[in-house]
Amino acid sequence: MAALDATRTRDGVDAQTLRTVEAMAGKYKHGWETDIETEFAPKGLNEDIVRLISEKNGEPAWLLDWRLAAFRRWQQMEEPTWAMVHYPAIDYQDQYYYARPKALSRKPRSLDEVDPRLLATYAKLGIPLREQMILAGVEGAEGAPAAARKVAVDAVFDSVSVGTTFKEELRRAGVIFCAISEAVREHPELVRKYLGSVVPPTDNFFATLNSAVFSDGSFVYVPPGVRCPMELSTYFRINAENTGQFERTLIVADRGAYVSYLEGCTAPRRDTHQLHAAVVEIVALDDAEVKYATVQNWYPGDEEGRGGIYNFVTKRADCRGARSKVMWTQVETGSAITWKYPSCILRGDDSQGEFYSIAIANNAQQADTGTKMIHLGRNTRSRIVSKGISAGRAQNTYRGLVSVHPRAAGSRNYTQCDSLLIGNRCGAHTVPYIEVRNSSSRVEHEATTSKVDEDQLFYCRSRGMSEEEAVALVVNGFCREVLQALPMEFAMEAQSLVAISLEGSVG
Amino acid sequence: MLEIRNLHVELEDGGTPILKGVNLAVKGGEVHAIMGPNGSGKSTLSYVLSGRDGYVVTQGSATLDGADLLAMAPEERAAAGLFLAFQYPVEIPGVGNMTFLRTALNAQRKARGEAEVSAADFLKLVRAKAKALAIDAEMLRRPVNVGFSGGEKKRNEILQMAVLEPKLCILDETDSGLDVDAMKLVADGVNALRDAGRGFVVITHYQRLLDHIRPDIVHIMADGRIVRTGGPELALEVESNGYAGILAEVA
Repeated sequence: MAALDATRTRDGVDAQTLRTVEAMAGKYKHGWETDIETEFAPKGLNEDIVRLISEKNGEPAWLLDWRLAAFRRWQQMEEPTWAMVHYPAIDYQDQYYYARPKALSRKPRSLDEVDPRLLATYAKLGIPLREQMILAGVEGAEGAPAAARKVAVDAVFDSVSVGTTFKEELRRAGVIFCAISEAVREHPELVRKYLGSVVPPTDNFFATLNSAVFSDGSFVYVPPGVRCPMELSTYFRINAENTGQFERTLIVADRGAYVSYLEGCTAPRRDTHQLHAAVVEIVALDDAEVKYATVQNWYPGDEEGRGGIYNFVTKRADCRGARSKVMWTQVETGSAITWKYPSCILRGDDSQGEFYSIAIANNAQQADTGTKMIHLGRNTRSRIVSKGISAGRAQNTYRGLVSVHPRAAGSRNYTQCDSLLIGNRCGAHTVPYIEVRNSSSRVEHEATTSKVDEDQLFYCRSRGMSEEEAVALVVNGFCREVLQALPMEFAMEAQSLVAISLEGSVG
Repeated sequence: MLEIRNLHVELEDGGTPILKGVNLAVKGGEVHAIMGPNGSGKSTLSYVLSGRDGYVVTQGSATLDGADLLAMAPEERAAAGLFLAFQYPVEIPGVGNMTFLRTALNAQRKARGEAEVSAADFLKLVRAKAKALAIDAEMLRRPVNVGFSGGEKKRNEILQMAVLEPKLCILDETDSGLDVDAMKLVADGVNALRDAGRGFVVITHYQRLLDHIRPDIVHIMADGRIVRTGGPELALEVESNGYAGILAEVA
């Protein structure tokens, strides 16, 4: 109750709402898999909840106004239906929009203050060994034999960031890496300048919802000419039931800066669907380079399609400066529904965008994912390599836009879309949109669809591999170009994830 | 070692009988050659023994060191010591040759309850075996059989055999598509693996491979049965007279 007691009632916050919040929090909900007391705001969404979230993050008035404007806009918007995904209507009033581990009522000053059960959860679910050590031992893990390369981690549990590692070392390099709620307080000028500048609060139904209710996420700023001394990483975890997670990530690489960013996601197994609507914005100024890699392993639901995360995510990079470069790499193995199109606006002349994707859909999963490459600047280049794998009854759609504007003379795009089918009840679909509005640009599109070949599987098995090992090997071969684009530690994780996601897909 | 008794097999699709009572016994240290015209069932025999889908065994048995091969999954047969060198080795894009081999070796070792081979030891092992087959480092790095010439594919099969060290090796028309030099390399590779504990079944159309891999026993297969068995001289007889004489004699 401590935090809630401390919440000062602000003008406009309904007293009834506050009382409900207090009553809820007093009951100490327990998480299912992680036995951590969680505080919730009451179910449902209205202006008071938006105000409450803003209040709890101690936000300035401009941000509250920004959220409220987004919320009012959102109320007039309709959920998009053009994607090739089918799901029962989401009751947006039947969700919690704010949850946080009780132990974090006071923000921890260091990871030592973080509930060890929270860290244990991160250790148990999907965080690579190296990062577990760093998370668990914080700075001490540097000397550990496995920690050949340092990775700074920001972990987000339900709605709240639980702690960021290596802060001091990053600060010496001038890099800001912290929870976005903290950045709003500590670096308001940067946040205000860039927040919503790539994905405006009016962008689309889910991004607008996120703008109204985002509770936390990560913020990165790399100053001019600085090469970030280590990989940055965020782990997102949805633990509480019926909780939407709406994190907001903002990455700014100033002139000539470089940063590589990794994002991992997990959620426990639950019978109910959980909503995830994140926004990631990347800004790359002149000569800056950003690499953003995601390994998304949200709970996909069971064989019958019960439970699983609804993943509606807006990720966009603005290659604002000349010669800037952004590379998206994603391995999408989880979620019941994936709706996600990490995109690049190639605004600066000679800027470059790359998109490497592996999307695996098994059982009843549905994925509609791809990218948009918007060529605005001259001599801009983009490259898209998409590998879609469908098994079980899953439907997997690549949806992509390559748009070359009149001013973008001399631009080039290369797109390769490969689909692999396992079994005969799944589907693969490719929906490329290509618009070229000048005569000096070149766009190439290649697409293939194939089935996992019985001969390949038999060949592997005749050498001693089990059927599942054989499928994993063949599929990993199919994905190789994308796996190679991943940072080393993620590539290993992604490979085993490919195998795990396809368990039971044959035989 | 390998004991095949009265094996009858038909195609799953349509029920066409292919093998009509094959009997064969291969002991450790022996090299058996199976020759015969096209469509006599030679390749079917190799597929049925290694567990490929699409065939139904209607009668008979096949055992390796007493274990019922026909009851096992293909990977269990491999772990039990059976190896088939494919007539048409399969391409697996994106999977490095080394990765494939190491995954296979460790899968077999795991199935037999042995420890996995470390990356360093494996590299040493493969390099040594590859050298004898004139397989260079570049070929080991390439994806499995992708873009390999006919000769490279067959050498690669023999490399797998050398690394996996099976008890019983079946070579299905390993000589097809090979020039003389490549055949020599393959034969040398096979001969290097010959020892008292290992049996070979060499399936071939032609005598010429048997000039390099000297068989102990030669079988002639026709219409789903082994119709004649003899020594190496039987292969020579086929070479000079063709199958017509033998088949007429049997009929």
